[in-house]
Amino acid sequence: MANVEPASLSPTGRYRSSNLWLEALRNLLHNPSAILGMGIIGLLVLTALAAPLIATHDPIKTMIGVPGETGRLPSKPPCIPLFGCEDPIHILGLDLNARDLYSRVIYGTRTSLSVGIITISLSIIAGTALGITAGFLGGRVDNVIMRLMDVVLAFPALLLAISIVTILGPGLTNALLGITITFIPQYARLSRASVLSLKEQEFVVAEQALGASPLRIVLGHILPNSITPIVVQGTLGVGTAILDAAALSFLGLGAQPPTPEWGQILSESRNYLFTSPHLVFFPGIAIMITVLGFNLLGDGMRDALDPRLNRN
Amino acid sequence: MLTFVLKRLTFSIPVLLGILVVTFILARAIPGDPCIAVLGERASKEVCESFFRRNGLDQPLPVQFLVYLRNFSQGDLGDSMRFHRPVMELLVERLPTTVELGLFALLFAIAVGVPLGVLSAYRHKSVLDVGMMVGANIGVSMPVFWLGLMLAYLFAVLLKDTPLALPPSGRLTPGANPLPFYDYMGLVAGGEEAAGILIFLSRINTLNAVLTLNGELFVDAIRHLILPAVAVGTIPLAIIARMSRSSVLEVLNQDYVRTARAKGLRERSVVGKHALKNAMLPVITVIGLNFGLVISGAVLTETIFSLTGVGRTLVDSITSRDYTLVQGFTVVIAAGFVIINMVVDIMYGYLDPRIRFN
Repeated sequence: MANVEPASLSPTGRYRSSNLWLEALRNLLHNPSAILGMGIIGLLVLTALAAPLIATHDPIKTMIGVPGETGRLPSKPPCIPLFGCEDPIHILGLDLNARDLYSRVIYGTRTSLSVGIITISLSIIAGTALGITAGFLGGRVDNVIMRLMDVVLAFPALLLAISIVTILGPGLTNALLGITITFIPQYARLSRASVLSLKEQEFVVAEQALGASPLRIVLGHILPNSITPIVVQGTLGVGTAILDAAALSFLGLGAQPPTPEWGQILSESRNYLFTSPHLVFFPGIAIMITVLGFNLLGDGMRDALDPRLNRN
Repeated sequence: MLTFVLKRLTFSIPVLLGILVVTFILARAIPGDPCIAVLGERASKEVCESFFRRNGLDQPLPVQFLVYLRNFSQGDLGDSMRFHRPVMELLVERLPTTVELGLFALLFAIAVGVPLGVLSAYRHKSVLDVGMMVGANIGVSMPVFWLGLMLAYLFAVLLKDTPLALPPSGRLTPGANPLPFYDYMGLVAGGEEAAGILIFLSRINTLNAVLTLNGELFVDAIRHLILPAVAVGTIPLAIIARMSRSSVLEVLNQDYVRTARAKGLRERSVVGKHALKNAMLPVITVIGLNFGLVISGAVLTETIFSLTGVGRTLVDSITSRDYTLVQGFTVVIAAGFVIINMVVDIMYGYLDPRIRFN
């Protein structure tokens, strides 16, 4: 067992604690899956931001009657220069409403990324607030909050999201809300567990003895010390949230046409799978790459930030 | 052990009650008038009033809830407003499709996922290991409905006219009308209605085929099951493979494995007897947790493969505002989910005594 010096006695104690974050970052940058994940997400964020520049057409405009458009409309097969197509006006072809599929997929990045990040941010805020309240106050409050979380967890996530969206009415905002609710218990449980273990720690007890207010203890000590697992879980959650949102749109409960959303594009064209498979193929690939990016980053973060794993 | 089981059982009761309350509220909160949804736009006020009275919808909500609770405890889930038939009857008719699909998906996930995970842990950092991890990462990132569509395209269009071609829809070849096993075995007297449980079991095609010794039917059912089961099973497969891998890796580094090796035990018995047994504990939990994914997957894939299971019926009923059906199906699915989780927990407690005493 290494000889551990109390932090207060060590002149470099302050330095060491900031070093821990640096070390975590260094670990992250040495983790291939984290780097790959960050690369994918970086590219997607760029795509989303620069969508008007990258997209070749208006994602909502039908090409019927547009000057320069020839051939049979709608639903044209893809024309990819890499595969020897000579006249690439519509790289990924046209969808059933004669809209440019490539531009729709590019603009879809905006929808999916924002849905994923907003849902997870909202559920982290709500979940952490509930979990910390439950863990800190304990007793009846804890019981009521956590039993409620148990009930939410008792439903398969997608089923609950479907039920909620049915009540609120189909649409992207309501889908977002429905998915947020299904994610709250995870973060509530995580943050409650860290509050319970931190509450008994000496530095928190010492702060309490010094007369610090509960809010100060929560914001200054408990939150910073319990944030790592929540961030890791959140990164992995973004991928799942994107999948759920796509699933809801696929069922007609999420984004409504003509909004360019990947799940919605899939839903529109699934009955034409046997005649125009490209309409189904590309949006699905886009979903997969996005989710893969967040999963890789999440995995890498878990390895880099979880000290328990480092010891092995 | 008994205390643990009892504790776990009592813990599930408030959750089950919570599910009943939540589904009751959810079903009442669905927007739109159920009378108009069921009887059409032109239903007159009097007709609607009698409709409400017939379905108990004119009572105050707490009374409706108590009636619902009483009926539920007697296995009566009410009549579907759309089908004009008991929800229980519809459940008996359609749940087998989903159960069969879910079980085969899980079977596929376990049968492929566990050996894959164990092998890649054993060959840590080999090409196989890296390939498996990449594959598993891609597997968990795929939308299940997209995978279903792609599989349908691959096996029904691209591989058409090859021996690998598989049917992309339905449960059996159209026109097939399998004899229920209870008729085959003469369990039910002619002209008499079979019990619910018998009908339920007979609608699990593979089971029915085995019980009626009908090989042709069995092959047909399996051929129809492969694509949806692979689609639903892929995400759980990836999760199970990853879990088995990390779990076996951890165990292989333990002292007792080293001791077993030092004693000169054969590698096969070190891995098989010492490592695997302990490594499978977390895997069991993960398998239990995957039931939720399987149900969600079934909801999405049943629509694609034209399977009239619980998921597809549920999604269709939401659009037609069939309160009782949505409520009944959701309760049964959620309750089933709670019970499965409970069984997994108890199993876990049985296998790992540390859980029981904590």
